[in-house]
Amino acid sequence: MIDNREILETINMIRDYHLDIRTITMGVSLYDCISDNADTTAARVYDKITSAAGDLVRVGERISSIYGIPIVNKRVAVTPISAIGAASGGYLKIASAMDRAAANIGIDFIGGYTALVQKGATAGENQMINSIPEALSQTKKVCSSVNIASTRAGINMDAVRTMGKIIKEVAYLTRDNQSIGAAKLVVFANAVDDNPFMAGAFHGAGEGDRVINVGVSGPGVVKTALEKIPLGDLAEVSEVIKKTAFKITRVGQLVAQTASKMLNANFGIVDLSLAPTPAIGDSVAYILEEMGLEQVGSTGTTAALALLNDAVKKGGIMASSHVGGLSGAFIPVSEDAGMIDAVSKGSLTLEKLEAMTAVCSVGLDMIAVPGDTSPEVISALIADEAAIGVVNSKTTAVRVIPAYGKSVGDFVDFGGLLGRAPVMKISTLSPAKFISRGGRVAAPIHGNKN
Amino acid sequence: MKAFITVVGKDRVGIIAAVSGLLSQLNINIEDISQTIMQGMFTMVMAVELGQATLAFEDVAAKLLAEGEKLGIEISIRHKDIFEAMHRI
Repeated sequence: MIDNREILETINMIRDYHLDIRTITMGVSLYDCISDNADTTAARVYDKITSAAGDLVRVGERISSIYGIPIVNKRVAVTPISAIGAASGGYLKIASAMDRAAANIGIDFIGGYTALVQKGATAGENQMINSIPEALSQTKKVCSSVNIASTRAGINMDAVRTMGKIIKEVAYLTRDNQSIGAAKLVVFANAVDDNPFMAGAFHGAGEGDRVINVGVSGPGVVKTALEKIPLGDLAEVSEVIKKTAFKITRVGQLVAQTASKMLNANFGIVDLSLAPTPAIGDSVAYILEEMGLEQVGSTGTTAALALLNDAVKKGGIMASSHVGGLSGAFIPVSEDAGMIDAVSKGSLTLEKLEAMTAVCSVGLDMIAVPGDTSPEVISALIADEAAIGVVNSKTTAVRVIPAYGKSVGDFVDFGGLLGRAPVMKISTLSPAKFISRGGRVAAPIHGNKN
Repeated sequence: MKAFITVVGKDRVGIIAAVSGLLSQLNINIEDISQTIMQGMFTMVMAVELGQATLAFEDVAAKLLAEGEKLGIEISIRHKDIFEAMHRI
């Protein structure tokens, strides 16, 4: 029998410390929608999404009610559209169909306007990538991602060069809305097939027809647990984080299994994530500060983050039968009150954030830079981040917003989960010649594992 | 279906009567009750069985929430599985 102390602990985690299920994301295969006619493909895409995920929101709300835990987002991820639209070339029509389907079924976001070009791009993939600015400026819920590098393939520097321009164009086309389009576009190295988080979710080629992936959250719960051991050494800190991550992940596993059953979909994975929100007390930065840093961005930040990331994985891995996605601590600047504060005070720089991405989940995430940042500088930032991912055999990403008309010290405010970002200083020294060379950066020696 | 109802708020006359009266109306059996004062707040945990309940779980949850608002306290209900998932291996 569960005792009262345990019951009240769970209630407190949910009520006072922001434990929630960040997202139930349904992966939907669109391979059966392919045709050589753009209108036919778009119509099939709309029908497939609305029939496969039509009940997703209702089921999410039902589960939320039964277990008494908030489920913040319900999302859909689809097969990379570069493949689905290749035969017809009607990429923008598919983007529009995705957006209408997402609105119809009431989900928060739909991901998968995606191309995987880590080694090279086909004509269709180039066409699709070039359509991203228009697609993101004409839709509300569509998210896009492009994988430009992997440990096996190296870095496709032609794609890196292109993406710098694409990000600038997206920011320009959505300039009337604080360049929000760039917040829905992520450039990956080592992208994963089962990520439930946006903007980078897509339904990988090796997945089944319908799959449920769940992302949990709970930085506030971890911080509160650490407050109880103010004098504990770092082994104790790690143990407390592991135990907390275990409990958080078990809830994710329960929700994922229940949702899969109710939606007649395969249970995919639980993402062992520690994802902040802009709400006070739901910050990854505050966990690092609770460990003993004056403010995130100080020396010691990378070490503290590495400890946190490792403990979250070790604690979570036994709590779920299948772990995947991005799994680790997220450090999106605009979505974390502690990060925003540290950037505003000058404590946290872009260079420190880059170092932090070497030891935690994902990468340079939700970072606003001046609107006049050149495409080459953005491309080179992507290349740096890709190099960290490729060499360390981990996923890295860049989701950067060159906020049109804004300069260092200004803010962009997206509202909701996307939060508000202080515009950060970025080096203006020119990497243009390096970027203009193009070609491929070869895979590292340890990429050849066979 | 087994669930736990938790009641948290300022102590006052009639909380248990109001909650148990509502549960009786909904044909929900109370299997165990315990209460304590935590940090000055009245805290009650009830283990209940909803097998014969006259309403669906979500509607029971909504009724309890509304009753709590009337009494100025917080009443919530959660399926037992969330507690077992979190606290039992």
